[in-house]
Amino acid sequence: MPNTSLTASAMLTNDVGLHARPSVKLTQLAKRFGARIEFALDAAGPWVDAKSPVKVMRFKAAKGETLHFRANGPDAAVALAAILALVEGGFAINGEVASQQPDG
Amino acid sequence: MMEKHFSGRPASPGMALGPLVALAPEAGTRAASGAVDIEAQALRAALATALRDLRELIDQSPGETADILGFQVALLEDDVLAEPAFAAIVEGRAAHDAWCEAMEAEAAGYEASDDEYFRARAADLRDIRDRVLGALAGSDPVADVPPGAIVAAVDLAPSRFLTIDWSGGGGLALTEGSATSHVAMLARSRGVPAIVGLGVDLAELVGHALVDAHRGVLILNPSPDARRQFERDLRSASAARARADVAALRPAVTLDGTPIRILLNIADPAELKGLDPAICEGIGLVRTELLFHDRQGLPDEEQQYAVYRRIAEWAQDRPVTIRTLDAGGDKPIPGVTLATESNPFLGVRGLRLSFARPDVFRTQLRALARAAVHGDVKIMLPMVSLPRELAVARAMLDEEVAALLSAGVPARRTSLGIMVEVPAAAIAADQFDADFFSIGSNDLTQYVAAAGRDVEAVADLADPIQPAMLRLLRYVVEVARAQRIEASLCGDAGGDPRAIPLLLATGLRCLSMAPALVGSAKLAVAAVDLRTLPELAPWP
Repeated sequence: MPNTSLTASAMLTNDVGLHARPSVKLTQLAKRFGARIEFALDAAGPWVDAKSPVKVMRFKAAKGETLHFRANGPDAAVALAAILALVEGGFAINGEVASQQPDG
Repeated sequence: MMEKHFSGRPASPGMALGPLVALAPEAGTRAASGAVDIEAQALRAALATALRDLRELIDQSPGETADILGFQVALLEDDVLAEPAFAAIVEGRAAHDAWCEAMEAEAAGYEASDDEYFRARAADLRDIRDRVLGALAGSDPVADVPPGAIVAAVDLAPSRFLTIDWSGGGGLALTEGSATSHVAMLARSRGVPAIVGLGVDLAELVGHALVDAHRGVLILNPSPDARRQFERDLRSASAARARADVAALRPAVTLDGTPIRILLNIADPAELKGLDPAICEGIGLVRTELLFHDRQGLPDEEQQYAVYRRIAEWAQDRPVTIRTLDAGGDKPIPGVTLATESNPFLGVRGLRLSFARPDVFRTQLRALARAAVHGDVKIMLPMVSLPRELAVARAMLDEEVAALLSAGVPARRTSLGIMVEVPAAAIAADQFDADFFSIGSNDLTQYVAAAGRDVEAVADLADPIQPAMLRLLRYVVEVARAQRIEASLCGDAGGDPRAIPLLLATGLRCLSMAPALVGSAKLAVAAVDLRTLPELAPWP
């Protein structure tokens, strides 16, 4: 990554961690920006594409972990601000019960 | 056109002549084209179809379901998901295999998680996997099978076999498959002539064909001579069939006057349609696996209860023995069985799986206890190894019956018996406090002989009437007599005229078999003279 990347981090506070719905919300939000946005659980990486739900879910991030983001592009600052708001707001679904899987 | 002969293995006896209808290979058996671009295109198209279907489904689903499906859509939309599959295709894998392996790897990542929530996401991945496999298999081919056709396929799912109308005759020719598979079992049950393991390219099977499933030969484009011979054979076969049909309605009695109880094996209530209950003294085995296939989710208590009740009512006052879910082994069920076992026949199958999924098991026990109000329904547990497994299952049944009764739901604590199919259960049969024994000779044979029922190369070792088996059967029958409980046998050997004399020699007096075999089995019983049977080697 070029040195012009912006970085930010936020603690994951929602109960079940970065599960299906938060992951989908996060990636959908990231996709609205032109900037290249990456995500990691450690500031040293590994970094993955924050627009890929498959990759974001693979981290299986739990409550209490710190999410690191870095963005590169004209709208990088706006993108990071929006993402931090989403994470710090508990993905606007805190307090909800994780949906039960149907039998099977 | 040139007449051509192909040899396979007979899987269901009989003869048929008709036009060949090749079924497009289905999920699990899609034939590889061998070309990278074709495989990649097939997977791309299947992914697109799956995504479209999923989006349609979301539009019709309530909020929570839509959320779950929304997650699946997000994964499917993400090119990253299929990247490893496309990479494998470039290296020469078939689309089906590449996709299954990629999804299995992805699911394994979730299953390795410490967090129950993430582990549960593996089921979503398998759901996605199956949806794409369904799309890979193409559209529903069932409507294209005319009556009397010879259905050609690589292999056939049991559920797909059941959707074909066989009432107009016809036959089955599989290029792969096994004589002990479920589809072979169903073919025997329906009296559909079937040959498996033809080892020929499906694309070659075009035109008319003659299925001689007595010898295991498929004759492609038979000559006039071959057709005339077929007509003659068919006449003698139908004469034998007619004799068997007459015998089917008579009681089964040996030459020396010993009555033998004949019961039926069924896998689907549809098999009972047009069947006269008078041909049997009850149903010795109702398989419930098919109930758990081809549905949105697992069947709930009401759905199961309705099916069990229908079977009990068909049987009138005759006993109906219903086996609890026997998934696993060669009978995987998406969302229930574990996909990652290296040796599923020795893994979590049958009752072991029911204990791993107590919610599924208890639902089935409740449905069975409720159906038992409408007839002589008995419950049979598959794959029991140790006495304590029976004790645990009995305690669960008692709890469910008590809960139903206290909620005012009519239910009955009916008898609970075991399949004797694990050598441990056969050898220590006297240690079980079961209400009845039913010998599952197919599995017992494979475990005793260490010869897998899915491995054609060792099929001759898996002989259900070899000395070790006869010795075990005789012991189990003796234990049953001492405990004053019934012992029956419900494996394929029970309906095999060649095996019947030896089975009766072990002391067995109750055989359960596919409905189509009842007549010929009763004829075989009638030819046995118990006074002159060979002496079997005793238990040492």
